[in-house]
Amino acid sequence: MAETWLILGASSGLARAIAREVASRGHELLLAGRDLGDLERSAADLRHRFGVRAQALPFDALDTASHAGFVQDVAERAAGPLTVVVAFAVMTPQDLAEREPDTALAMISAGYAGAVSILLRLIPHFERTRAGRVVVIGSVAGDRGRRSNYVYGSVKAGLATFTEGLRARLFGAGVPVTLIKPGFLDTAMTWPMKAGPLMADPADAARSIVTAAEKGRQTAYVPFVWWGIMQVIRLIPGRIMQRLSF
Amino acid sequence: MTAWKRMEVTGWGRVPRVLAEIARPERDAELDRIVQAGTGPLLAMGASRSYGDAGQPVPGGRGLLTTRLDRVLAFDPEAGTITVEPGVTFADLHRHFLPRGWLAPAIPGTAFATIGGALANDVHGKNQAAAGSFGDHVRSVELLTADGQRRTVDRDSDPELLRATIGGLGLTGIVTRVTFALQRVPSNAVTLTERRIDGLDAFLAAFEAARDATYSVGWIDALASGRSLGRGILETAEHAATSVAPVPPRQRTVPVDLPSFAMSAASTRLFNAWWWRRIPAEGRTRSVTIPAFLHPLDGLRQWNRIYGRQGFRQFQCVVPFEGGEASLRRLLEEIGRHGQASFLAVLKAFGRQGTGHLSFCMPGWTLAIDLPERKGVTELLGALERIVLDAGGRIYLAKDSRLSAEGFARMYPELDRFRAVLGRVDPDGRWQSGLSRRLGIHAPLQEAIHG
Repeated sequence: MAETWLILGASSGLARAIAREVASRGHELLLAGRDLGDLERSAADLRHRFGVRAQALPFDALDTASHAGFVQDVAERAAGPLTVVVAFAVMTPQDLAEREPDTALAMISAGYAGAVSILLRLIPHFERTRAGRVVVIGSVAGDRGRRSNYVYGSVKAGLATFTEGLRARLFGAGVPVTLIKPGFLDTAMTWPMKAGPLMADPADAARSIVTAAEKGRQTAYVPFVWWGIMQVIRLIPGRIMQRLSF
Repeated sequence: MTAWKRMEVTGWGRVPRVLAEIARPERDAELDRIVQAGTGPLLAMGASRSYGDAGQPVPGGRGLLTTRLDRVLAFDPEAGTITVEPGVTFADLHRHFLPRGWLAPAIPGTAFATIGGALANDVHGKNQAAAGSFGDHVRSVELLTADGQRRTVDRDSDPELLRATIGGLGLTGIVTRVTFALQRVPSNAVTLTERRIDGLDAFLAAFEAARDATYSVGWIDALASGRSLGRGILETAEHAATSVAPVPPRQRTVPVDLPSFAMSAASTRLFNAWWWRRIPAEGRTRSVTIPAFLHPLDGLRQWNRIYGRQGFRQFQCVVPFEGGEASLRRLLEEIGRHGQASFLAVLKAFGRQGTGHLSFCMPGWTLAIDLPERKGVTELLGALERIVLDAGGRIYLAKDSRLSAEGFARMYPELDRFRAVLGRVDPDGRWQSGLSRRLGIHAPLQEAIHG
């Protein structure tokens, strides 16, 4: 049966990899984001490589006034059950956020407020269709507030809590909600970092993400090794955490 | 905001090594911003599968990795043409288009190479005599030039710029779209015939006899000498009518750099002897998948580590058929005398001149060999350069790290026309590679500007 995946923020390195993974499984795609020209090229790529239907749609997380109309548009275009992947985020370096707090607010508006706005407006769609699923891309950065990245971390922590509640909200409709917590993925976001053994290939990560979503998992660390790493980091007592600069 | 990362960059042979600032843009808009910002010197980079310094930024220069610009933008099954971004690889095309009966027209020895790199080096495959090289099948390119403008270049709009860009080593700009023709194939397989060849004379005669074969390649035991000089295996192949089950790719990786004694004369002699004897004396014929036939080393990731941390050089030349036999003999004797442990050398016949000003291919015999980076290897390469010059041949820039500027100018007679195009599209020499500096490709331009 036909199935459609909507990817919000579809131009990022991770989102592109997820789209290819989804297409390789034969599903249709709606690629949404601000850079429509770029999304059109990605949609063409999916059509030519995998022979699936793929379209590009304009979507701006900050333009919340447009979200209701966007949801309606998506509902009309989607064939079969709809899976929504929230993949948009802005990561402003911590030092820039401290120097120019307005950049921190922009990060919150897009990554948190924008996600809440679109997901709340999707609830009626899922209640009506009682099918599909929701996938939210969080981050290991949301598990603790760390000196080096706490504004971004707090956006992802807020998103994690929201996602947990949304999972309960959609439980009755039979719509699973999966929170993905990626570690370091080899994309533009981490390019300036030194490549180490923890740096994961986005195509491999995408395979794990799509599998976790299809299994209806609640939370998935990607790659899985981050589950262990975050267990340890979570155990660090606050009085030690406050002295750490990582 | 573009992120630059300071990295060590090498070609596949890992000689030489340079430190450069590398960006890996994921979007067209970012690529445009970088070029328009006017910094430099710049060089587009692909899979870094050329061997020497052709794909290497100059020390302290800037490299633009195109590996994340890898989308298939258009495919026209009627015309058989495809338009791709530069980071698409031959492996991508095999995976998605071979099952539908489409194959790239000219395919290099590794499927990990990018289309951008294939264009910049005007690569060839085991079917060069029949099908020409990659550039022969290019219909148009979109080129982002030093002035920050994108222009569509084809045979009608600007034939000289197209000829400078095919095989142009990335020096005319960064290629952002390539449109080229795919070929229809009846299946995913070839019928491969392998047979032992006793020596060089027999090899050249066997090539002559196999002139009509779609694919032909010879593997020469470079350590055999005397009467066995030029001993090896000839492979010929034709597209098969029926497909074979694709073998699940068994990927192995060389985990670490091997110590230098791993590549001793004794161990390579053993390997080369085994390679020869594994083919039965009466020869054999079987069906194999096209990728398995074209890319025998791709199953072994990081095979360049076999040569150890110090790396290796690859040498590939072509010499005209006229007097070619004597030249090949001199080359093989020189390599043998040097006694460098080397794996197999590759021998092929080329049929056509490439279309680019700096295209490597020309009618003649081509010989390729790996040489571990040891004492004396640069002297050997110098001696080989002289033999190739005497023969009226040329050395493949995609493999090279040693050629002299004088030798280069003599081997590539259209260099002046190439320079004339650079003077038009990149007068300040913003696009530079380790190779372009070593060979003084911009030298006359710089003199004209600063002279």
